[in-house]
Amino acid sequence: MDNLILPTKNTWCPGCGNFGIQNVLREVISQNDREKTVLVTGIGCHGKIADYFNVNSFYSLHGRAIPSAVGIKMGNEELQVICSVGDGDAYNEGIAHLIHAAKRNSNITVVVHNNRVFALTVKQATSTSPKEFVGSTTPKGGVEEPINPMDVMLSTGASFVARGYVGKPEQLTRIISEGVKHRGFSFIEVLQPCVAWLNTYESYNEKTYEMEEEFLPLQEAREKAREWDYNNGGEIPLGVFYREEKPTIEEQVGEVSFVDTKEILEKSK
Amino acid sequence: MGNNLGDLQIIIGGAAGEGSKKAGLLIGKLFNSYGFRVFIHEDYESVIKGGHNFSQISVSRECKDVIEEKIDFLLALNKEAVLKHKEKLKKEGVLIYDFGAIDEDFSEEGGSVIKIPLKEIVDEAEGIPLMKNTALVSAFSKIIGMEWDRVSEVLKRELPVATEKNLEVAEVAFEKTEKIEEVEEGGGNQPLPLLSGNQAVAMGALEAGLECYYAYPMTPSTGVLQFLAKVEGVRTFQPESEIAVVNAALGSAYAGKRTMIGSSGGGFALMTEGISFSAQSEIPLCVVLSQRMGPATGVPTYQAQADLLFALNAGHGDMMRFVVAPGDADEAYYLANKALNIAWKYQMPAIILLDKELSENTYGVKKDFDLEKEEIVREEKGEDYNRYEGEDVSPLIFPGGEATVKVTGYEHDKKGVATEKAEEIKAMHEKRIRKYEKLKEELREEETVKTYKEGSTAIIFWGSTKGTVLEATKEMDVKLIQPLVVQPFPEEKIKEALRETERVVCVEANATGQMTKVLKEKGVFVDKKILKYDGRPFTVEELRKELEK
Ligand SMILES: Cc1ncc(C[n+]2csc(CCOP(=O)(O)OP(=O)(O)O)c2C)c(N)n1
Ligand code: SF4
Ligand SMILES: [Mg+2]
Repeated sequence: MDNLILPTKNTWCPGCGNFGIQNVLREVISQNDREKTVLVTGIGCHGKIADYFNVNSFYSLHGRAIPSAVGIKMGNEELQVICSVGDGDAYNEGIAHLIHAAKRNSNITVVVHNNRVFALTVKQATSTSPKEFVGSTTPKGGVEEPINPMDVMLSTGASFVARGYVGKPEQLTRIISEGVKHRGFSFIEVLQPCVAWLNTYESYNEKTYEMEEEFLPLQEAREKAREWDYNNGGEIPLGVFYREEKPTIEEQVGEVSFVDTKEILEKSK
Repeated sequence: MGNNLGDLQIIIGGAAGEGSKKAGLLIGKLFNSYGFRVFIHEDYESVIKGGHNFSQISVSRECKDVIEEKIDFLLALNKEAVLKHKEKLKKEGVLIYDFGAIDEDFSEEGGSVIKIPLKEIVDEAEGIPLMKNTALVSAFSKIIGMEWDRVSEVLKRELPVATEKNLEVAEVAFEKTEKIEEVEEGGGNQPLPLLSGNQAVAMGALEAGLECYYAYPMTPSTGVLQFLAKVEGVRTFQPESEIAVVNAALGSAYAGKRTMIGSSGGGFALMTEGISFSAQSEIPLCVVLSQRMGPATGVPTYQAQADLLFALNAGHGDMMRFVVAPGDADEAYYLANKALNIAWKYQMPAIILLDKELSENTYGVKKDFDLEKEEIVREEKGEDYNRYEGEDVSPLIFPGGEATVKVTGYEHDKKGVATEKAEEIKAMHEKRIRKYEKLKEELREEETVKTYKEGSTAIIFWGSTKGTVLEATKEMDVKLIQPLVVQPFPEEKIKEALRETERVVCVEANATGQMTKVLKEKGVFVDKKILKYDGRPFTVEELRKELEK
């Protein structure tokens, strides 16, 4: 027994892809220092994971898990900060935070539970829902094209960019483990079927494939990212698309130390 | 004009980008070194080049944080400065201007006029045009009879960039100008630290153990970030938005760092969901809210005290907070310290309410109080730790050790796991209310309301109007009442102070009488409101007239 799961009642639908992510995270956390791990979540079905794990957690606001995580890492660099966020959370409400955390290479790991739907609020389209998705607020289907978050991350400076699928748990465990180990901003999109509103198991089983070559040069990684357009066309590559070593924000901002206020007062005379 | 300089009002003005603000501060520091008490009011438009900026320096033997309508010296870097302010000169006042940049000869209009060829001076010392402000300050210091040794000492300290060149320019200006007045020592006063309200807030927070300060630029609060960014030992960070600011601050505080954030009305509006999160998650959060003229973008660089009701009510749900409203830099210093300490001691949001005048004006700080950091007693906690255990204030533990620390914005049980159970919801609300009651209890012993003088008329004021109210009522038999803490609102102390009075006047810089509304809600009725909402601070003369009506 790893003592990592609380006796809290689990309210995910049977068969929900979130169980797969929970199992993988459990494996990853048990390989790491549990005491130093902080799980930061947004609001949505995915966020409930904070209540299920017996680890330090910061159950943030909808869309705001990433700035909370950035703040936690700034507050104590020794903490291993893992964010579990939703697609509505990170791609809609909080996309500015996602982009800026990537840009400044904050040393956190972001795991997106991408079910391509606002699940907890009962079936509405997100930024990565297929265009024709019929949701509770788009009864005739949507009119907007989805965005490609992998491409967005690659073009805004993320230093670790990967995609996994809960239907391929071994690969997913390896990807998240590597993401957590990576020193810098790790972005991992996880394809997470929602059995209630958008059951994508069948289509993902058919269309996803594990990339033979990973860690591509940036341009190639971007091309690879565009292979799937988040509508229903194309094959879906899985794996680590890109990785780069570069300075993190935390190692570049000033250290916290004693401040001599008497000296400042003397100087301001 | 007499030979012994006493109280003085000096305006130095020019186009934005000409450095009149820096020059104003230099003049303030010069008088400060002579032992005078100094107060500087800043007025500038929301433009980068051109536009009109001026500083008004109030010099006196005793502290008074006000500017007056009539001035003794006008120092003009451009023509607009002359035209805008020359009517303010007293009969015996002196106009000093840059002859060269201004081709008009104002000496024909009567009054004392001194023309300084700033360009010539700068050229002679081979300086750059930007150094004209240094030259003007130096020339002025000679006119009023300051000694070169002391002037050069201040300039050396205050002009860290291109110091040598600046000093050469200053020396040429000093030599070429004629001495007219005889400045005295300012009544034997020791020089005081000169700080803006923003800087005083930063200092007070530092003395409460501030470790991180996060903000997104917004006038008039930006000065706090600018100041702290230069302080070694504090982690400053400018994220992508005020929403990121507040959430990052909550994260850092959770991780154990004493963190403060700041903004003005618009940015504060964006922070409100996070402020509510602080109340619910019981993560300490200290926010500087510096008011400017709204609504919306309003008049970005001008004065208002119109976010009082917003500060008291910002954040959804039944939430408690601590809000202070300092009236000068000393109070800002003291109350910022208090606010950060209280946020940590009671694990709740605290707001420091400033306004444009207090934030950006410069004050001599007496600091006749002792400050400290409120140490949080941190028990060792093991695996069985519950973040929300206890009756009111829970033991505060940071993640990284044996105890698992779970925080959340959902209503929760004592472990920090979301709950929808009726009895747990009710119990957690009551826990937070008990915490607030405990804070109220502590504040009973504190000076949450200041009173000055006695009289049958009471004048209630708050924030930066303090200096003007004190000066305008100097000769009046009135009782002055200033709430320093505005949430929990100290209605009992205010009612006590009003016991022997017959009439209540409330002075504030907004259009609808926000403090009057708060007072009314608490059963204190105001007979007369004196309001100002043109973006400018009250002047002494204006307020006196209103009070005499
Ligand atoms: C500021 C704010 N806006 C809206 C909501 C309502 N809300 C709760 S969850 C959610 C959508 C969650 O979608 P996603 O992030 O994809 O999570 P999922 O439920 O799919 O896991 C919304 C809109 C909220 N809690 N806060
Ligand atoms: S609604 Fe969808 S995402 Fe939410 S628990 Fe059910 S299956 Fe999972
Ligand atoms: Mg979703």
